[in-house]
Amino acid sequence: MKKYEVVVVGAGPAGLSAAIECARAGAKVLVADENNKPGGQLFKQIHKFFGSKEHKAGVRGIYIGEQLLKETENLSIEVWLGSEVCGIDADKSVWIIKNKEESCCVKAERIIIASGATENSIAFEGWTLPGVMGAGAAQTMMNCYRVLPGKRVLMIGSGNVGVIVSYQLLQAGAEVVGIVEAASALGGYGVHTAKVRRAGVPFYTGYTVKRGIGEKYIEAAEIVKLDSDWKHIPGSEKILTADTICLAVGLTPLIELAWLAGCRFTYSAKLGGHIPVHNKYMETTVKGIYIAGDVSGIEEASTAMEEGRLAGISAAWSLGYYDDQEAEILIEEEWRKLNLLRCGQFGVNRKVSKDEILNKWEEMRNE
Amino acid sequence: MSKIICRCEEITEDEIIEAISNGARSVTEIKKFTRAGMGLCQGRTCRKSIERILARETGRKVEDIGISSYRKPVRPTKMGSMK
Repeated sequence: MKKYEVVVVGAGPAGLSAAIECARAGAKVLVADENNKPGGQLFKQIHKFFGSKEHKAGVRGIYIGEQLLKETENLSIEVWLGSEVCGIDADKSVWIIKNKEESCCVKAERIIIASGATENSIAFEGWTLPGVMGAGAAQTMMNCYRVLPGKRVLMIGSGNVGVIVSYQLLQAGAEVVGIVEAASALGGYGVHTAKVRRAGVPFYTGYTVKRGIGEKYIEAAEIVKLDSDWKHIPGSEKILTADTICLAVGLTPLIELAWLAGCRFTYSAKLGGHIPVHNKYMETTVKGIYIAGDVSGIEEASTAMEEGRLAGISAAWSLGYYDDQEAEILIEEEWRKLNLLRCGQFGVNRKVSKDEILNKWEEMRNE
Repeated sequence: MSKIICRCEEITEDEIIEAISNGARSVTEIKKFTRAGMGLCQGRTCRKSIERILARETGRKVEDIGISSYRKPVRPTKMGSMK
C-alpha cells in the first residue's frame, strides 16, 4: 500500500490550499479529486470576489483557480484526477477508484477532507421534468461547457448563487423571467442583486415554486405566495412561461467520508445541516483527520481557502514540520484573515455558527 | 401518483408517508423501508426532502431527525473495479 504523510480529499479551493501548505512545510502530500480538472467550483466563478485585497477581492474566481494550480505545480504536489475517494477507515486508509476502473488503497498519516458540498433540491410537483436543475449545474453548463441551459429561466432563490447565476444567464443570452424568494427580504449581496434588478428581472419575494408544468419537459412554472407559516395562499398563484427552473436553495456539506471515518457531528441549519465537529485547528473528533471548506459548513471560496491553509498548517505542525512557536504564529495569522471574512452583515452570522461548532468540540472532548 | 422524492429509486412522497405510518422515524429507516436514498446518488439529492417530510409527519424539528448512516463506496462504482 502506498504511503503518504497527508492525503487531501478534494482539489477545490480548500483542498488545494491545504495541500499547498502541507507541501510548503515539507510533507509528502497526495490530493485526490473525482473531477478531471482541479479547482473545484472556482473555474465557473467568473465573477469578482469579495473581501479585502489580501483575500483577492476584485479578482475573478477563474484566475484565483489558475493561481492555486500554479502553486500546486511549483511545489510538485501529486494530484490524482478522475479519482473518487470511496471510503476512509478509522486507521486512515483511503480507498480510491481511479478513472472508474482501478481500485486502490493508500495509507495516510493525516487526512484532510475537503469534499465540498452538493446543491439542495426542493421536491415540487414536476421537479423531475427535464429543465429543472441546480443553479450551480446551470452555471457549470454555461461557464465551463459553453452550453446555454435554457432560453427562459425562472430562478428559485435570491441568495448570491441565485443572483450571480441569473446575471450570468443574462450575459449568456438567456431571459430570466423572475427570481423567486420565499423570505420577505432578498438574500444576496447588494451589488449582485442590483445588477439583475437594473437589467429588469422581476423579483417575487414571499413566493415559492408550486409546480413545474409540462408534458415531457418544463414549459411553465406556477409560483404561489406564502403566508407567515410558510403555507401556500390559495388564489395567489401566478403562471410564468419558462423552459428552465433553476434551484438556488442552498447547499449541503458532503459529509459521507467524515462519517465513515468516525467523526462526530452537530447540526447547524445556518451552515447547511450536519457538520463534522472540529476545533480551531480544523481537526475533527478523530485525531489526525481534518476538514476544510464547505464540508465544515457552507461559506464561500475565500473562507474555504483560508480554512484549507489552516488545516494544512495544523497537519504539517502535528507531523513535526513546524515547532509550536512557528505554528502558533501561522495559525494566528490564518484566524486573523478568517475573522476578517466573517464580519459584516452576512459574515457575522457565519462567525457565530462556526464558534458554536468549536464550542461543541470542547464539550465533546470533556465528555 | 404523488410526487417523486427519490429520483434514483423512484420513491414517491406517499410511499415515504406510508413507511412513517409503519413506524419509520429516521432517514436510515426510510431508506430500509423504501429504498429511498439507496440509488445512484446515494441520497445526495433527496435526503433533505426526506428529513423535511419526516419532520412534518412526526411533528419534530428537522434538526431533531438525526443523521443518516452511510456506507462504502460513497460513489457509484462498477463491480469490476473492485478486484
